[in-house]
Amino acid sequence: MLCIRLPARHMAAILTAFTLTTATCQPLRAADAPMVKIENFAFTPPELRVKPGTTVIFRNDDDIPHQVVANDSSFRSKALDTGDTYEFTFTKAGDFAYFCGLHPHMQGKITVAP
Amino acid sequence: MTHHHDDDNGHISRRHALECMIWAGTGVLWTISGGIPVSLNLLGAAQAAEAMATGFTFLQISDSHIGFDKAANPHAIDTLKEAMGKIQALPQKPAFMIHTGDITHLSKPAQFDNAAEIIGGAGFDVHYVPGEHDLIDDGNGKAYLDRYGKGTRGAGWYSFDQNGVHFVALVNVVNLKAGGLGNLGAEQLAWLADDLKALSASTPIVVFAHIPLWAVYPEWGWGTDDAAQALGLLKRFGSVTVLNGHIHQIMQKVEGNVTFHTARSTAFPQPAPGTAASPGPMTVPAGQLRGLLGTSSVTVKQGGQDLAIIDSTLA
Repeated sequence: MLCIRLPARHMAAILTAFTLTTATCQPLRAADAPMVKIENFAFTPPELRVKPGTTVIFRNDDDIPHQVVANDSSFRSKALDTGDTYEFTFTKAGDFAYFCGLHPHMQGKITVAP
Repeated sequence: MTHHHDDDNGHISRRHALECMIWAGTGVLWTISGGIPVSLNLLGAAQAAEAMATGFTFLQISDSHIGFDKAANPHAIDTLKEAMGKIQALPQKPAFMIHTGDITHLSKPAQFDNAAEIIGGAGFDVHYVPGEHDLIDDGNGKAYLDRYGKGTRGAGWYSFDQNGVHFVALVNVVNLKAGGLGNLGAEQLAWLADDLKALSASTPIVVFAHIPLWAVYPEWGWGTDDAAQALGLLKRFGSVTVLNGHIHQIMQKVEGNVTFHTARSTAFPQPAPGTAASPGPMTVPAGQLRGLLGTSSVTVKQGGQDLAIIDSTLA
């Protein structure tokens, strides 16, 4: 049989199917997942609109640590050193204002709407 | 150099404040006499020498950021060692040291350990306050308080007396609010009111905290939201000196009987307000770094209200 003669290809097919299944079970997160960059003591973009279920990645590009904290305490990262990322999946609709726990003059907002 | 006589109400003009800042950057000496701040040029150093002979000095270091290894200074640990070496070599030993926060860069145990070894190795008593970089361990400040919280209140505030001067260590880097600046909070302010209550108005006061207790540049977060309430409690005192860090450069302001002063960092410089896209670490040409790092020495004249602040670089 084909599957006996080409076991490697068979395995690859199984793995591909597995990967696809896994991907669809995850929240919306891919190479083009929305990202908020933290640079020059600012969140960029300062306001971001996403659909419910979207995972947003925050990445610190500064030489100083920052910390992402929701105004309503619904999410809170650890201190992010240079190059560190923090991911949060926004499941509920609404406006989520956040700030930097270390430099609170830095503010941003995620709007979650269908 | 001109003395600061200012207007009859004791207000200092913006022009004078800027002059102070410029002088401070070139190593100015300050003395507060009878509540009237007078700046001396370096020729006035004899007066400081006299004060040193009859009083005591203490030394401020700040923003050592142990663990910082980025382009602005890949060797923050070495520049702290250099600073401590210079302090140990001072002809007149300081009575003690204060550290105005950001001991570490990321609150990691090894960073606290390294800082304690280098700073503690000099053998001085050191009174600390935390900076925001010292409270970002997983325990939200437990690492700092485990080391330096003994005998303190709340997030680490306390006071002590030395040769008739009352020292107050405040913490303005916790419970920061969205859109806000540094924060002291109601509990600490209530404690401060109680702490100061029994003191006579002639007692010289030295307050130290990490973030400046005056609005240096709110656009970059360089100020403390409820500082006015703390300063209100200090209003009746004839001599108040406020020492801060956080902004990694010398700034000075005089308001009534209060002299505000910020110290250099031993780790890396930050840009002057509004002169860069952000307050992040400033990378300067090789050879210039040590001229922008340093410590501050404060001399208290015995029996008087005079304090002289001398800033020294690592260059």
